[in-house]
Amino acid sequence: MPPPKSETSGSNRKAQVGLFTGYVLAGFGALVGAVLLIISLWRPEALYGLRSMANDITAPAGDAGAATRVGSRNVFEAIAGYYDAGSKNAQLERELAVARVRLAEARAVEEENARLKAVLSLTEGDIKPVAISRLIGSSSSSARRFAYLSVGKAQGVEAGMPVTSPKGLIGRIVEVGRSTSRVLLLTDSESMVPVRRATDNVVAFAEGRADGTLRLRLINLGINPLKEGDIFVTSGAGGLFRPGVAVAMVTRLENDGAIARLLSSPAATDVVIVEPVWQAVALQSAQTPLGQEVAIE
Amino acid sequence: MIEQFDSKARKDAFGSKINRDHSPVMLYAVPWLSILLASLTPLWPVIAPAPIVPPFAFLLLLSWRILRPDILPLWAGFPLGLWDDFFSGQPLGSAILLFSLTCIALDLIERRFPWRGFWQNWLTATLFLMLYLPASVILSGADITLYQLRLILPQMLLSVVAFPIVMRLVAVLDTIRLLRVRTIG
Repeated sequence: MPPPKSETSGSNRKAQVGLFTGYVLAGFGALVGAVLLIISLWRPEALYGLRSMANDITAPAGDAGAATRVGSRNVFEAIAGYYDAGSKNAQLERELAVARVRLAEARAVEEENARLKAVLSLTEGDIKPVAISRLIGSSSSSARRFAYLSVGKAQGVEAGMPVTSPKGLIGRIVEVGRSTSRVLLLTDSESMVPVRRATDNVVAFAEGRADGTLRLRLINLGINPLKEGDIFVTSGAGGLFRPGVAVAMVTRLENDGAIARLLSSPAATDVVIVEPVWQAVALQSAQTPLGQEVAIE
Repeated sequence: MIEQFDSKARKDAFGSKINRDHSPVMLYAVPWLSILLASLTPLWPVIAPAPIVPPFAFLLLLSWRILRPDILPLWAGFPLGLWDDFFSGQPLGSAILLFSLTCIALDLIERRFPWRGFWQNWLTATLFLMLYLPASVILSGADITLYQLRLILPQMLLSVVAFPIVMRLVAVLDTIRLLRVRTIG
């Protein structure tokens, strides 16, 4: 394709000046971008307002799409399901038989639990959700793992609140707009959650790896006690996440821990719950520097 | 008797050549709007566990600048990048910087090689994607290990493969842009 006429400056004075101005403006734009980038890497909260405003405007589009996600995701799985229906049925029947026994056991444990709680006069620690919402999108082409929620300040959501789904923990709120908020997913490489093995007290940190899996780093080093299939739940340490929320299942062992898969994959999640910070006072005092009075609200 | 005139003689790919002209709104709005819309891919109902979706806004910017170097101004990287940063999850400023640098670099290439073909365009785009995607990871503010950089290989491959398709799409959009829809006279 020949170059367009407006692009060939030649001896045309006006075109030359226009071209020069274009380069100056583009260079200036790049410079402003670099400055903004340094600011947002150094002080991430400085530019939140601008971004959440843009998200508020475009949220309705994402909201409409989110309603169709759970259905559309299953198209291929539904087709694949026909191929191994027979063997799957047999397997499910076996699993059902085991599950019935387990259910009876669980009921017994539940009763015992209630009895013991009554003895200790503990009240049922029901967490009242702040808001219930859908995930309306995610940073699908960036190396960071964020998701967007269709609730914000108007619904009482604040930065730092944990986000869960019925299947387990999803992440925590990092940015709040008027009617949208941004969630730092567990798989982001900046995310770190204190967890423990569901069956005993092996504690670890679950760190995101940005690819849908978590890296579990054991706190007590020594012989690695983990096995494939171990379930990890939040330990409640730090005061942000309430204890006992399912997080991940071990899929591969490593020297100092394991690689684990998220139990509640955000891709398969429809409705999520924003919960209040579990122990706000503990979190606040942990963030107060030594030697300073803790300001309790 | 006057012979019947060929009905296609007064038409071309962009519509009737008589009594019709391009719409000035569409001439300018189509490229800008298409790139702004492509920036909204994070609002797609796909919650990706890893970075796999190609950066469509960047692909469209590349295609428009390669196919039609004269319609997007050189400074287009700033507003388009700002909009992209609002949604992409990258820290504000990363796309502004990278889009602006891309526009300058593409203009220099355009000046050096005014006559290009499909393969050279693809090669240029591949080169830009190979620089853009790792640069975005480095500027994303995440902890960078070799593992994180390997993560974007599928995305890079997808983007390179998607580029010719995106360029065809841009060519279609360009035809729509040039439709003679305005009645004159």
